[in-house]
Amino acid sequence: MKLIVAIVRPEKLNDVLEALYKEEVRGLTITLARGHGGELESVETYRGTTVKMALVDKVRLDIGVSEPFVERTVQAIMRSGRTGEVGDGKIFVLPVQKVYRIRTGEEDVEAVTPLV
Amino acid sequence: MLVATALVLLMTPALAFFYGGLVRSKNVLNTMMMSLASLGAVGIAWVVAGYSLAFAPGNGWIGGGAHLFLNGVGLEPRGSIPHLLFMAYQGTFAIITAALISGAIVERMRFGPYLAFITLWALTVYAPVAHWVWGGGWLARLGALDFAGGTVVHVNAGVGALVAAVLLGPRKDYGRQALLPHSVPFVLLGSSLLWFGWFGFNGGSALGANASAALAFVNTLLAPMATLVVWMLLDLARTGKATAVGAATGIVVGLVAITPAAGFVPPMSAVAIGALAALPSYYAIQWRSRTRLDDSLDVLAAHGVGGAFGALLTGVFAARAWGGTDGLLSGHPAQLARQAAAVLATASYSAAGTYALLKLVGLMATMRAGRKEEGVGMDVPQHGEEAYTSGEGAILVMTDRAPAMDVQTREGRP
Repeated sequence: MKLIVAIVRPEKLNDVLEALYKEEVRGLTITLARGHGGELESVETYRGTTVKMALVDKVRLDIGVSEPFVERTVQAIMRSGRTGEVGDGKIFVLPVQKVYRIRTGEEDVEAVTPLV
Repeated sequence: MLVATALVLLMTPALAFFYGGLVRSKNVLNTMMMSLASLGAVGIAWVVAGYSLAFAPGNGWIGGGAHLFLNGVGLEPRGSIPHLLFMAYQGTFAIITAALISGAIVERMRFGPYLAFITLWALTVYAPVAHWVWGGGWLARLGALDFAGGTVVHVNAGVGALVAAVLLGPRKDYGRQALLPHSVPFVLLGSSLLWFGWFGFNGGSALGANASAALAFVNTLLAPMATLVVWMLLDLARTGKATAVGAATGIVVGLVAITPAAGFVPPMSAVAIGALAALPSYYAIQWRSRTRLDDSLDVLAAHGVGGAFGALLTGVFAARAWGGTDGLLSGHPAQLARQAAAVLATASYSAAGTYALLKLVGLMATMRAGRKEEGVGMDVPQHGEEAYTSGEGAILVMTDRAPAMDVQTREGRP
């Protein structure tokens, strides 16, 4: 099993979710996040105050998957989340020691396999 | 009349809240600015030329140039009020009518071309139609009734909105993703303030504190009440729940429908007009949301359909005893035909005029925002501001370089 953590643009989230759905990746958690990935800051002005927004809105996805799903999940996010400009985000694949499904007590691969 | 003018002016900020609540949070400033900016752009265009084109003596189709730059508009009476006040009152109508159109093109039209468009629209579409009906033009001579602007304001803006939505095309996410209102309380605030301001819109159209104004005032109270009740019942019947956005929409539709009739029909007829008007607009919205027509905030359904229906019902319910010409129910079916002629003429002219203007503006500038701009929302690329920001990660810039340049470079404007 792996935990896939992806940081994507909020305006691309719907495309990413759609791509993941098509790849039959069903269980995931999203968090609204702010971060900086080297993109140019946007400049905003409020009366006399001009600021550079150094932190940009991002969305973080946490997806626990079994081994056969790792590559297709990564590829789906990569394909759907890309605009080609700096700031598209990152995908991290982390090893997972143990997974439990709280409702049933199922473990590991069963726990990340969606119900049919 | 001073108070009525101020009330109508308030309707434009109210519209900004109504529309602003209905869009996504990344577009709320742009949407609200589309209404607010009309106060400046259309307001100035009105005093420069619009008023003259609408109300100076001319032919049956358009006013003359006698009042350009407010020439000859002074403190002398025009009807029962000072000429200057009459000009100001009519100006607030032009402002909100142009702003109404923005509801059809929110979340995708660039701000500069939009400003150019509504300014030209107020001069070349609104002003002539106002002249036809209120400036002694051909519809006035025909005897078509329009107390406060059912055709001049609402059919005119509704049809203009339809054409604008078609020419601009749907938002990139339209029909693919749910595009939900970001602040329903804003929508309720906006529609409530619209109702409040509408007392000036309809009551003031009597152009004096008289019996006709009292009738228009009471009818403006009653008709939206009836629409609100019917709208909630329709919602209940369809989904089992009365929605807040629906209630806000119902109020606006009721106000639109009673506008042409306000000073011409007895109060119980106003209740009937309000109740009946809910039906076509309600089903127009249901139908529209299943099509590719991205009239984003349903300007056509609320204002076009509501205004046309209200104008026709004016021909049904109008009564001489209450200040109108006798309508169908008083045994005078010809009035209904005159109303239909006014609706058709306004709709045709508005469609043609809006089409020509948008083509013209489109030749000079790119009207549509780029896909990326649409994705991040219009607020930051177009205005360099966010509506809701915590300020985290904002670094103070001490230089006085023009900030808009950086934003443009970053957004890679098409």
